[in-house]
Amino acid sequence: MYITGLVSILLAAITTNNFILSKFLGICPFLGVSKKTNTAIGMSAAVIFVMLLATAATFPLNKLLIAKDMAYLMTIVQILVIAGLVQFVEIVLKRYIPSLYQALGVYLPLITTNCAVLGVVQLNVQNNYDFLQSMFNSLGGGLGFMVAMIMFSGVRERLEGNDYPKFWEGLPITLVAAAITACSFLGFTGLVEGIFGA
Amino acid sequence: MNPIILAVIIVSATGLVLGLILAIASIIMAVPVDEKAEAIQEVLAGANCGACGYSGCAGYAAALSKGETTECTLCSPGGPDCAAAVAEILGLAAGEMKPMTAVVKCHGTPDKCDNAMNYVGDLSCKTASQLFGGPKACNYGCLGLGDCVKACPYDALSIVDGIAKVDPLACKACKMCIKTCPKGIIELVPLFELKTVNFCMNKDKGNMTSKQCSVGCIGCMKCVKACEFDAIHVEDNKAAVDYDKCTGCGKCVEGCPKHCLELVTLGCEK
Repeated sequence: MYITGLVSILLAAITTNNFILSKFLGICPFLGVSKKTNTAIGMSAAVIFVMLLATAATFPLNKLLIAKDMAYLMTIVQILVIAGLVQFVEIVLKRYIPSLYQALGVYLPLITTNCAVLGVVQLNVQNNYDFLQSMFNSLGGGLGFMVAMIMFSGVRERLEGNDYPKFWEGLPITLVAAAITACSFLGFTGLVEGIFGA
Repeated sequence: MNPIILAVIIVSATGLVLGLILAIASIIMAVPVDEKAEAIQEVLAGANCGACGYSGCAGYAAALSKGETTECTLCSPGGPDCAAAVAEILGLAAGEMKPMTAVVKCHGTPDKCDNAMNYVGDLSCKTASQLFGGPKACNYGCLGLGDCVKACPYDALSIVDGIAKVDPLACKACKMCIKTCPKGIIELVPLFELKTVNFCMNKDKGNMTSKQCSVGCIGCMKCVKACEFDAIHVEDNKAAVDYDKCTGCGKCVEGCPKHCLELVTLGCEK
């Protein structure tokens, strides 16, 4: 029963509660780095990594803060941990995958302020998840982020070189495409409940 | 324990641990910096304008230091001094660099070129030109709404008498305005040299052009016949000057019936 719960959390985080397309968190990299599938995958991988590490690192801290009756400190500590982790990811990428580091540009440090990462940590607290559930929720959130990014980068690669009116160029056509892509996720409504009978 | 002190301890301990991890990581995974590229970036203009065709000053410096390009003269904002400095770092010959300036090739001020419609809307050339090519009667004329003025990183452009004008001495030939202008009527012309410049880009047939603007080039070929140096040709119903061949003798200007050709030394007051 517990394992089914984990799977349902994972699946829900990827589909019905998708961070980008259902909760509208992390829109900035969604629009910013989705031009090419390769960078989109790299960005998503970095986000998944940061999400998982942030969850693992903040979980004991959250428990400690709640135990000490200092829940008001949670957000600050979470931001601190996320900022540190992002810096760490930046150093690692700069050393080992400089091309990805170049391609991600300013969006990499922006993961710090990426509401999806803070959002997943906060949601874990709000939903009273235990450690494993939190990790599954983060993994699902990250994977959902990746799914949305890859889907959307595919859409944007198709847009490239298409003959649409000039005033649609750039952000307008991207936003319209994003809206339509988000609509497609409506199709997942009731999926998790249907499978697990929640 | 006092909860405030405990809070301070928890937050600072978290920060300290993370800081230590980062410090260690940055030592272990330090990236060797390309000293040559850094030195080149020092001497480049640092405007990140993209005139060189790379993603910015850092991109150009990296390409130079890695030997992807041996062209030292691509940094037009930096000018010849910059090219020489770059060449010195790389140990290459600098090559000659002609100073250029952008020129808005239109003299169709509102008294010379009428408006075909009354445009009320977003004050941007890009938007206005979407609507039947903009309010101007001439489809190749400067709309004077100032997209280039906003694009110029050096404040070299201004709107004078309803059309854009470049200050040749402030212009660094970074081509930002050329990329921005929806009409494509801005061109690079040699600086400090006496040259004939055709201040009209109208590609319509002569009789159409005359109806639109009193200083529009009608492609009458008079200048082509007058030129002794084969420096001027009519393409797309307008005269185009080859600045390499033009000696600035001014014979073409004398015969020009529309006075769209002008003999100018850009950068020096007429």
